[in-house]
Amino acid sequence: MTPLLEIDDLRVEFATEDGVVHAVDGVSLAVEEGKTLGVVGESGSGKSVTGLTVMGLTRGRSATISGQARLDGNDLITMSDRDLRGVRGNDIAMIFQDPLSSLHPFYTVGKQLVEAYQTHNPRAGKGESRDRAAEMLTLVGIPDPASRLDSYPHEFSGGMRQRAMIAMALINEPRLLIADEPTTALDVTVQAQILELIQRLQADLRMAVIMVTHDLGVIAELADDVAVMYAGRIVERGPKRAIFDAPEHPYTWGLLRSIPRLTAPRDEPLVPIPGRPPSLINRPGGCHFHPRCPYVRPAHRETDPRLVPVGGDAGHQVACLLAEETRQRLWGELRSGALPEQARADVLEPEGEVTP
Amino acid sequence: MSDYLLEVTDLVKHFPITQGVILQRQVGAVHAVDGVNLGVRQGETLGLVGETGCGKSTTARVMMRLLDATSGTIRFEGEDITHTKGERLKALRRDMQLIFQDPYSSLNPRKTVGSIIAEPFAIHDLLKGKGERKAKVQQLMDRVGLNPEHYNRYPHEFSGGQRQRIGVARAIALEPKLIVADEPVSALDVSIQAQVLNLLRDLQRDMGLTLVFIAHDLSVVRHMCNRVAVMYLGSVVETADSDVLYSQPRHPYTGALLSAVPVADAHAAGSRKRQILQGDVPSPSNPPPACRFHTRCPKAQPICREDTPALTPKDGGSLAACHFPLTDAEIAAQIPGLAV
Amino acid sequence: MGRYIIRRVLWVVLLLFIVSAVTFVIFYTLPSADPAALRAGKSPSPQLIAQIRHTLGLDKSVPEQYWIYMKKLVLHFDFGYSFQDSQPVRTEILSRLPATISLTIGAVVVWLLVGLPIGVISAIRSRSFFDRVSMGGALLAISAPVYWLGLVGLYLFSNDIGIVKIFDGAGTYTGITDNVGRWFGSLLLPWLVLAASFAAFYARLLRSNLIEVMSEDYIRTARAKGLPERRVIWRHGMRSAITPIVTILGLDIGILLGGAILTEDVFNIPGVGHLAYEGIINADLPVIQGTVLFGAFFIVVANLIVDIGYAFLDPRVRYS
Repeated sequence: MTPLLEIDDLRVEFATEDGVVHAVDGVSLAVEEGKTLGVVGESGSGKSVTGLTVMGLTRGRSATISGQARLDGNDLITMSDRDLRGVRGNDIAMIFQDPLSSLHPFYTVGKQLVEAYQTHNPRAGKGESRDRAAEMLTLVGIPDPASRLDSYPHEFSGGMRQRAMIAMALINEPRLLIADEPTTALDVTVQAQILELIQRLQADLRMAVIMVTHDLGVIAELADDVAVMYAGRIVERGPKRAIFDAPEHPYTWGLLRSIPRLTAPRDEPLVPIPGRPPSLINRPGGCHFHPRCPYVRPAHRETDPRLVPVGGDAGHQVACLLAEETRQRLWGELRSGALPEQARADVLEPEGEVTP
Repeated sequence: MSDYLLEVTDLVKHFPITQGVILQRQVGAVHAVDGVNLGVRQGETLGLVGETGCGKSTTARVMMRLLDATSGTIRFEGEDITHTKGERLKALRRDMQLIFQDPYSSLNPRKTVGSIIAEPFAIHDLLKGKGERKAKVQQLMDRVGLNPEHYNRYPHEFSGGQRQRIGVARAIALEPKLIVADEPVSALDVSIQAQVLNLLRDLQRDMGLTLVFIAHDLSVVRHMCNRVAVMYLGSVVETADSDVLYSQPRHPYTGALLSAVPVADAHAAGSRKRQILQGDVPSPSNPPPACRFHTRCPKAQPICREDTPALTPKDGGSLAACHFPLTDAEIAAQIPGLAV
Repeated sequence: MGRYIIRRVLWVVLLLFIVSAVTFVIFYTLPSADPAALRAGKSPSPQLIAQIRHTLGLDKSVPEQYWIYMKKLVLHFDFGYSFQDSQPVRTEILSRLPATISLTIGAVVVWLLVGLPIGVISAIRSRSFFDRVSMGGALLAISAPVYWLGLVGLYLFSNDIGIVKIFDGAGTYTGITDNVGRWFGSLLLPWLVLAASFAAFYARLLRSNLIEVMSEDYIRTARAKGLPERRVIWRHGMRSAITPIVTILGLDIGILLGGAILTEDVFNIPGVGHLAYEGIINADLPVIQGTVLFGAFFIVVANLIVDIGYAFLDPRVRYS
C-alpha cells in the first residue's frame, strides 16, 4: 500500500551569520493513510523543521532545500508556491505548540476559521462559512459555538484555544495533520483531553497524523510508528512496540533510560545521556551521536551510519555502526539494570575492541 | 513542637485586584493560596504538584518569605518567621535558597558566572580573604559539574543545562538547610533533565539538604520525592508518601492527574480507562465555594458545594480533603499498573 | 467604559489647571523683559511704565493676578487681553487656528503617504538595497532640524529667493476661504519640510514593527492555512504593526495643533505657533498663557482619544 506521504532524503540548510545550520540531514519517512507517525527528538533534532518543510513554510532566501516529499505522488518540495498554497491548509494542515501566540489576537476566532475555509472554498458565502466554522467548533468539543465564534482568542482558556486551532486546521478535512508539540504548553489534564480529541478526530475523519514531540509518553499513547531523530537525522524508526521494547540505537536507549516512568520502580536510577546536543553548524563527523555514545569506536567518527533493517524486519530500521548482535546484547544488559559503563565492559571488551 | 524544618499553618496569600487612578481601592482578590497546612521534615524531599494556578509556586515563595503572607503562620526550626524583618530575615536567607525554573532569565547576563556564584558571599560578608571567594566558587563549580576554568565566562556562553547548574551552585553556596526548587528541569531537554535531577539528588545526600520540589511532571516528582502534596486552586487536596500517593491516591483530582499522565511504555498505553476531566480550571479570583474541585469532580454531590472537606487520613495512609474519596476499584480502573 | 471616560475628562480639567499655574510661575520667576516697558515704546518715562503696569494689572500680587485670570477663564471663557496690543487673546488664537490646522493636516497626509509605503517595502525587503538606502535617508531626515530644513528649502526652491523656483516663498500664506489655489501653493513647501522628519520616523517605526510582527507565531499559522502572501502581510501583519502607529499619530497631531512654532516662523505662516512665538518675545503673558493652554488642551484630548481608540484596535485591552 503506497504511503500517503513519502519523504525522501530531505535536506534543509539555513545560511546564518554564524555559519550554515544543517537542520535536516537526509531524512526519509513514510506516513500511511489513517495512521499516526510519532517523530520524537529534542531541540535541534530537526523534527520541527521537517514538518515545516513539508508544508513549505521554510522556503526563503536563506534556506537550501533538497530531496522529495511526495503527497500522492506529487512532490511538495519542487511544487510551485501557488500550487503548494493550494495544498497547505487543505490537504495537509498543521497545528503548533502555543495556541495563544499562534492565533491572531485582533481577529475573532470565527473570522479566522472562516478565513481558513474560504481560502480553499472561494465561492463559499458568509453564511455557509460561518455554519461550517460553528460545526467545527462543535466537533472539537467547544460548547455554545455560535457565540464563541465572536470571541477573541484571549477570551478562551488554554485548552479551548488549542481546540479552536484544531478546528481551524481540520476545517477543510485534510488527509494529513502535522501536530508540532501540540500539548507541550498545556497542563497535564488538558493535555489528556487534547490527545483524546486528536485520536477521536483521526478515527472519524480517517486522517493521518504526524505527531512531533519530545515526550515519549505522548508517543507511546498515540503513535503507530515512531521515528527517533537526532541532530537532523533519523537514528531509528519502526513500529511503536519495537522502539519501546527492542530499541536498537544507543540514543533511543539513552532516552528511555533517562526518563522516570510511572510504570517503572520508583527508585530506579535515571541514567542521563552525557554531554549535550551538538551544534548544527559544526557537527561531529561520522555518526552525529558519537561524542555522547558510551559504545563509540574509532570508526564511528569517520563513517556516516545508514538506516538498515533490523533482523530482517524492514519495518524496523536503525542507523548505527555497531553490529546487530552487539547491540542486542547491550540492550539486554541495559534492560536488566546495568549502567552503560558496565554494559560496555561486559559486551564490547571481550570482543577485543579497545574503547577510546 | 513538631519535627518539621519548615512548616506553614493556615497559610493564606491573596493578591489584591485594584481599580482607581490615584486612590486605588480593592475590588477583588486572586486567592492564590487559601488555607494551606504543610510541613517539610528535615532531610526529606517534599514534592509540590498541581497545574497552572494551583498556587504551588506562590506557596513556596511565601514559605521562604520572598512574599509576605496575607495571614497564617510560618515556622522555621520552630521559630515563627511570619513577620520577621531586617537582620534576622537576612540571616534566615542563608538557610533557605531557591532554584528557579528558567535558566535563561534567572541569571544576570551582565555578570560573569564567577561573580554570580560569589554573590551570596558578598551579600553576607563572608570569605573576605584574598582569593578565598574565588577558590570557593571554583570548588562549587566543580561540585555541580561545571569547568572551574570557565569562571570568567558569561551566562550566554553556556547551554540551558549548564546554566541551571550555575543556579544550583549559587543556591548551595552558603550551605543552606532547605532548598526550594521551582520547576528546575521543565525548561530543559529530556536528556539533560536526568543530569540535573541526579545532581540534585547527589547534593541532597552529600549535604543533608531538605528539598521542596515543585513540578508539574508527576513522573519526575515520584522519582525525586519521598512525600508529595497535591494542590488545586490554592489548597492542598492530598498529601501522602510517594509510594502511597502513586498507588492509592484517594482524592479524585489526584486520580485524574495520574490518569492523565502519558506513560512512556507501549504496553501501559491504552490499558486503562482514562479519567478525563471536563471543563477548565476556575479562576482563582472567583473560586467555587466549599470544595473547590466540585465543579469538575466526577463524584461530586450536593454536600461538596456546602461543606469544605478537611484533610483527613484515608485508607492506605494518605491525607485527603474529600467527602467521597476514590475506591480501590476506581483506582484500579483509572491508573496505569504501577510498580511500587 | 463610560466611567473611564468621565474619569479621564476630570483628569483633563485638573491637568489644564496645573499647566496654567506652572506657566504663571515660570513667567514670573524666570527673568524676562518687563511687558509694561515693552508696551511703552521708545524711551518711556518711569511714570508711563508705572501707569501701563497698573492698566495691565501687573502691580497686583502674583496669586491675585492668577486668581483674576482663572476667574475670567472659567466663568467667561475669557483669555484676557494681549499686553502688547490689547486685543482679546481668544479672538487672536481662533483667527490663527485655521492656518495651523491647514499646516498640520497637510503635513500628516504627506508623511503618511510617503512614510508608510516606504516602511512596508523596507520591511518586506529588509536588508535589500532599497531598505538600506531608505533607512539611511530616513536617519538624515530625522537628524535635520526642521528650521534648517525649512531655510534650506526656501533657499533652494522658493519662488522669490530660491535657486530652482518651484514653490511659493515665505509669507505667501492665504486663507483657504480666500483663494484655494494660493492657499495650497503657499503650504506645499512647509508641508514637505514639516513632514520630512515625521515621514522618516514613521517609516522606521513601521519597518521595525512589521519585521517583528512577521516573525510572530500567528503569521506562521496564517501561512500554514494556505493564505496568499499578500494577504498574510496586509491582513495579518499590517493589522498588528499599524496599531502603535495609530497611537503615535494621534499624539503627533495633538502636538502639532498646538502650533509648529519653528515651521510657522520660517515660512511666516500666521498660525498659533507664530502667535506663541510673538507672545514670548513680547513677554506677553496672556498670549503665552492662552497658546500654552490651547496646546495643552489639544495634546491631552489627543491622548484621551488615542487611549480610547486603542481599545477598539486591540481587543485585549478593555477598560472596565
